[in-house]
Amino acid sequence: MNYRILTKRLLFLVMVIWAASTITFFIPRLSPRNPVRERFAELARTGGFSPEDLEAIVADYSTRFGLDKPLLQQYGDYMWSIARFDLGVSLNKFPKTVMELIAESLPWTIGLILITTILSFILGNWLGALAAWPKSPDWLKNIATSFVLFQGVPPVLLGILLIFFVGFRLKLLPLGGAYSIGTVPNLSFEFFIDVLRHQLLPGIALVLGSVGGWVISMRGMGVTIQGEDYVTFAEHKGLGPKTIFRDYYLRNAMLPQITGLALALGNVVTSAIVVEGIFALPGLGTILFSAIRSNDFSVIYGIVLFITIAIATLMVVVEFLYPLLDPRIKPQ
Amino acid sequence: MSSATLSNTAIKQPNKLVLWFRYLRRNPSLTFGLLILLFLVIFTVYGLLTIDPKDAYPLAVRSKQPPSLEYPLGTDFFGRDLYAAMVVGMWQTAVIGIVAGALGTIIGTILGFISAYFGGFIDTAVTSICQILIPIPAFLIQVVIAGSIDKRSVTIFTMAFVVLLLAWMGPTLVIRAQVLSMKERQFVSVAKLSGMTSLGIIFKEILPNLLPFIAAAFIAQVFQAVFASFYLAIVGLGPVREPLLGNTIWAAQTQGAFFNGWWWWPIGPAVAMILILGSLALINMGMDELANPRIRKSE
Repeated sequence: MNYRILTKRLLFLVMVIWAASTITFFIPRLSPRNPVRERFAELARTGGFSPEDLEAIVADYSTRFGLDKPLLQQYGDYMWSIARFDLGVSLNKFPKTVMELIAESLPWTIGLILITTILSFILGNWLGALAAWPKSPDWLKNIATSFVLFQGVPPVLLGILLIFFVGFRLKLLPLGGAYSIGTVPNLSFEFFIDVLRHQLLPGIALVLGSVGGWVISMRGMGVTIQGEDYVTFAEHKGLGPKTIFRDYYLRNAMLPQITGLALALGNVVTSAIVVEGIFALPGLGTILFSAIRSNDFSVIYGIVLFITIAIATLMVVVEFLYPLLDPRIKPQ
Repeated sequence: MSSATLSNTAIKQPNKLVLWFRYLRRNPSLTFGLLILLFLVIFTVYGLLTIDPKDAYPLAVRSKQPPSLEYPLGTDFFGRDLYAAMVVGMWQTAVIGIVAGALGTIIGTILGFISAYFGGFIDTAVTSICQILIPIPAFLIQVVIAGSIDKRSVTIFTMAFVVLLLAWMGPTLVIRAQVLSMKERQFVSVAKLSGMTSLGIIFKEILPNLLPFIAAAFIAQVFQAVFASFYLAIVGLGPVREPLLGNTIWAAQTQGAFFNGWWWWPIGPAVAMILILGSLALINMGMDELANPRIRKSE
């Protein structure tokens, strides 16, 4: 393991995280909006306390949240707390900390993303390789092309259409939520099936939306590989089509595809979050959107930061997996 | 054997229009994409000429009406005529897409150019900034920005700006790569030797060769801009009063359209969005084929 490269990559990761947190820090502070004042102004409208009291409350909270210290000092405090994984307290659901909210909703999001990404990756690459393979039947190639049509459609829209046709019209699958209203989460089999039924539509929406991308790139890779000498050699050696397909096509195309996976992570997470919002699944998406609606700044920035750090870290991790996949690659 | 006979036996090329049509026949994605886009443009233009834009805003007509002859797409909870809302929404989406897309492409081209042509410190600086910003999920930052702006001052142009802020990195890197490879080619050295000024080389030699890439980058940028603005609107961060397509879907979701049985409300914008994004993606794919001769099919 070459330590110089490790350090360079880690430095890059730190730069990305630093850039993201700095941007996330300065933007709201540059705007004239004051979240604390807005929150209490809202309360004041319904509860009705006098303006002087409002000012006193705002001033007190400002001191508590450290909003009245000079900007650079706030920045320092902010950076320090991030290093300690302290993302602050939710303004809306006080005293729940942001980390708690994230920890509660993360499992749902991770489950959805993991399953749909793996499924669409496998399905898409397999279909794409078949589409490039000259000896595959035409109907298979047509199926592959039809998936490509879905590629331009954001999974969110697919989700809405699915809600409409399958959930509303046909009433086959539920309209949203993680489990049926009134069910108490438990570890029984029925609950498990219930959860699965609720995850089915968002899962289908996400998979359909991303498969097309893999089909296109894999087909392109397949076309390139077909022209390579080693494939011709293998054919002349007398290797069967299945062996060539498996050992020559798939294996050689895997590396660029995994690179593509790392690059597409940002999109995957973004689509998953928005789809979660539409389907009201209790993952990061719903928490983020309710925070947006109620102007809960700490939660918004905490989640944004968390996701950014997660994606950036994953990308670096994937890069380190390359030598495992392709022994020819030495970390240069 | 006179020259007159020879020129009479010269091969006649069909005129440019026929060649273009033949190409379209070979490139189905470009054709379909352009056809759908044409349909959308006609729809919008016809709509803009025939409707009263005020109908697209709340309290214009009776609310919660299902589709009928008077209201072809029905009306929503707030009293908008959904057909008018669709037309105005498409127009606004087009504006956002084209403005943000064009600006993004222009900035990307200029930056990529400067970075590649002048090299050195500027090049390293620009590339590093691009590379650091790219892994950051643009949507999230857009959420942060849009969430910090005073809700009342969000307009279509604010949205275009927000979308633009994180979209310029792609074209920059692409154009930079192209210019880098062109810098070393012979026609540039020849131009320099023949005394062309730097500016002349830029505009008369390099730029014309970059045009296909700039065009492809523009389409991709428009796609990204429409996509991003749609996502922002669906989450509720758009200019809420405008009948932007994403806004309509967001409003439908928050009012529980499906639960209340107003199925016609989100369907129109959803289908329109699919058509818009689908046509842009198809054109993108078609342009890919145009630029990469290896994938081109033969007649």
